[in-house]
Amino acid sequence: MSFSINEYYTKISEGDVLLAYRGSINSELINEVLEAVESKLEAKNEDAKIRKKLYNVLVESLQNLYHHIEETHDGIEEDLDPKFGILVIEREDEGEYRVTTGNFVASVKTKFLKEKIDKINSLSKDELKDMYKFILNHQKISAKGGGGLGLVDIARKTGKKMEYHFYPYNEKYVFFDLQILI
Amino acid sequence: MESLIIEGTTKTPNVDFDSEKGKLEIRGRSIPENSIEFYKPLVDWLEDYAHTPKSKTEVNVHLEYFNTSSSKCILDVFKKLESIHKNKYDIQINWYYEEDDEDMLEAGEDYESIIRVPFKMIEIVD
Repeated sequence: MSFSINEYYTKISEGDVLLAYRGSINSELINEVLEAVESKLEAKNEDAKIRKKLYNVLVESLQNLYHHIEETHDGIEEDLDPKFGILVIEREDEGEYRVTTGNFVASVKTKFLKEKIDKINSLSKDELKDMYKFILNHQKISAKGGGGLGLVDIARKTGKKMEYHFYPYNEKYVFFDLQILI
Repeated sequence: MESLIIEGTTKTPNVDFDSEKGKLEIRGRSIPENSIEFYKPLVDWLEDYAHTPKSKTEVNVHLEYFNTSSSKCILDVFKKLESIHKNKYDIQINWYYEEDDEDMLEAGEDYESIIRVPFKMIEIVD
């Protein structure tokens, strides 16, 4: 059975959703999401620490999408924007937030991504700090602007393991989702 | 030389680099998608300032949020300050963080461990 964006989106936005979006991930959208989430959290009187962590995670995960999204979707049947991505923020039972981002990734890149996340997930707090400082001090910012620090920063700020899935889509693409608990 | 003043936006901080007073301030949020573009004028200004710096320069960094793409540019700014400090000029970086914001304190400490310039961590209590 093949993967369907509609079914996936319906399924992951079933919970206590603070915000759910599917469509183009552009600079304006990032502004709108950040603004909306900030005012929602303020209205809820959410704890300042959680608010800041969630905000930081959103900035990094949305900008990761923004910088890395594949702009061509060869053979993807659904009528999708070239910068298509998914973002869902939900509240879990224990007052935690779950941020899910989803996007199409070229199949050839899955190995690299998987190894990168597994590596980050395997590190202790101090090892993450060292890795962050090493990349900060030794690697140039890529043309895409990211610089490879986003996921490390997310792992440091949340102190939790990231979850991810690769859903086979077609010969060229998989649908990649990344779930972050705050 | 002229001061550098940049008005802040929702994604970029206020910048006030006062060459006369030797007082440099970055304040607000720094979360642009393209941080190199934003920080280039700051780094360029510091390059000029390095020719005739004040005997003492005070740097106040007062950020509420910054993204990882800004973090490298902020390091570039600090590296310019470090080279001024190496030429025997007095530089003090004051890193402000909001009460209980351990992540921001830790970020300041990361820089402090990389850059050889005196840092002061200042907690802002409401």
